[in-house]
Amino acid sequence: MSGRSSGSSSPVAPYLQVAPLAIVMIAMVGIPLATVVLLSFWESDGISIYPAFTLANYREVLTSPVTLSLFLKTLQYAAITLVCTALIGFTCSYFLVFHVRDLKWQIGLFLLCTIPFWTSNIIRMVSWIPFLGREGLFNGFLVQMGLTSAPLDVLLYSDFAVILTYVHLYTLFMIVPVFNSMAKIDPNLVEAARDAGARPWQILCYVIIPLTKTGLALGTIFVVTLVMGDFFVVRVMSGGQSASVVSAMKNEIDQLYYPQASAMAVLLIMVVLLMVSAVLRIVDIRSELAR
Amino acid sequence: MTDQSRIDIRKVTKLYGGVRAVNEVDLTIDGGAYCCMIGPSGCGKTTLLRMIAGHEIPSSGAIAIGGEDVTALRTGDRGTALMFQNYALFPHLSLTDNVAFSLRVRGQGADQRRAAARAMLERVQLRHLADRVPSELSGGQQQRVALARALITNPKVLLLDEPLSALDEFLRLRMRVELKRLQSDLGITFVHVTHTQPEAIALADQVVVMDHGLIEQAASPRQVYGRPHSPYVARFMGGQNVLAGKIEKVTGAVAVIAAPDGTRYDLIDASGLVAGAPVKFSVRRDRIALSDAATAARNAAHGKIVNIEYQGTFVKVSLDTGRGEEFIVYMDDDEYLAAPKEVGQVVYATWKPELNHFLRGTNDSAGTPHE
Repeated sequence: MSGRSSGSSSPVAPYLQVAPLAIVMIAMVGIPLATVVLLSFWESDGISIYPAFTLANYREVLTSPVTLSLFLKTLQYAAITLVCTALIGFTCSYFLVFHVRDLKWQIGLFLLCTIPFWTSNIIRMVSWIPFLGREGLFNGFLVQMGLTSAPLDVLLYSDFAVILTYVHLYTLFMIVPVFNSMAKIDPNLVEAARDAGARPWQILCYVIIPLTKTGLALGTIFVVTLVMGDFFVVRVMSGGQSASVVSAMKNEIDQLYYPQASAMAVLLIMVVLLMVSAVLRIVDIRSELAR
Repeated sequence: MTDQSRIDIRKVTKLYGGVRAVNEVDLTIDGGAYCCMIGPSGCGKTTLLRMIAGHEIPSSGAIAIGGEDVTALRTGDRGTALMFQNYALFPHLSLTDNVAFSLRVRGQGADQRRAAARAMLERVQLRHLADRVPSELSGGQQQRVALARALITNPKVLLLDEPLSALDEFLRLRMRVELKRLQSDLGITFVHVTHTQPEAIALADQVVVMDHGLIEQAASPRQVYGRPHSPYVARFMGGQNVLAGKIEKVTGAVAVIAAPDGTRYDLIDASGLVAGAPVKFSVRRDRIALSDAATAARNAAHGKIVNIEYQGTFVKVSLDTGRGEEFIVYMDDDEYLAAPKEVGQVVYATWKPELNHFLRGTNDSAGTPHE
């Protein structure tokens, strides 16, 4: 097994084997990314862009107070969404793994979680609007029950609506990896903990959460990168009142400020990479997945 | 010490749906005894063990440890520790933290509990691996960690669920010795579930043979092996041939039994039997003489040899006596080699009448005979 190229004598064979994936990755990821990086050093005047090597775009992005507030806003969205999806994802998985012991029911309920995904993101997002709007179902219900005198404006076109939509759209990306690592926990471990005298919360904190952290880490990476890369949900659900890094980028692209948008994009990629590598530093996903 | 760790099981029943996994079981395990529960899978031995541990609550009946009723007490508060079949070590914790786990949940400080755990690891000769995680250990080492983890709380009763089944033969025999030594050092009650007869006989002070949720016999290994209660126990523990017949006549405590083929047997301990009743009795396989020519008409059997196995210290000769059940004779190897037999040959077996042991119990199931 060790170090032997699988039966083939040709030294080219391994390269040929990785070639299809390598070509796809280079064409779809490598070249566009390189283009963005290259573009971030070019000049523009709002009408056209010119090949050059200038750090002005970065200087502008890094010194603008708008950039900082955009990043803070986006990080805030990501953090709140992460907490909500992690809580919901962990609870759902816990229920599926430790209460629904029957495999058929587990699979059935798991599929139930995926039903919303049978339709497009946009439809799922937009369908919140008639529910949360001023004349929407929920406000109607509240007013009718006498809980509020006037419809609540905070429900739609607000940060609340943005985060609600993120949680709705991305919770499954947390449930799947958390469920996966939780399902791998040997039920005997829970019993062993109980036998040692552990209370339910101690079993949760000392056994289940530590053994689920790979799933939580993977889910965190999914949710954070998805939220950090979004502009559509922010634009629609905040009614244009809030902006994220990418929605600001979209505005610059609309105004043909490609180099500035590219510089912002490079910055965003670096921030996301830092966050992912921080997660990977805390949880050794490779060794845990091999377990 | 011993009375503190006595286990009293009174009329305990466990229902799973309509199935009686454990059925009105009564059992007393003396404090400081090594008790082995044995039976085929599904006989209820593990359920009974788990009820003592508190992982299952009896549907009815009561369990007391050291005279204190623990039937409804939560596991962890009843002075028991369970060692799991697959050891169930926490994969994310070092050996020290695994062993210290029960101290941690009891709120002991980190330094104190780790010191206690290291001392316990020292005791099972694993001090040098204290900072490893379980996956870096061999099966035998993992088992010793599981043992250390179970013993750190000074339990009154240690419960072992098939502790040796995951080990290879060599390690199994070595751990068997270690378990026995540990038990006599600690002086606490060990309850050990197994499906291996030699293991039960070698370790136990008390062997509990179970079948279909009932205790067939609970006695010393010598009793269970030599004086089985029922045909099932005789077959399951091995070492006995089970024979059947009808009582011809009873004179005092001695009965004469007629087998279907007309052979007569003398049963010494036959009190309470009446003529005409069908009976089963057993005879030790290693106390039977084999010869090539017919020698006696009573307390005998004959048949064609169907198999011969050399076992090292004895030779196992299987006969087909035409009565359905194989008749097995363990011959001394010197004796056998002096007059070797062949498969297909007809031989005559005889034994002393006092070897006929009346099987009072009615459980006639085949069990899984151990040779």
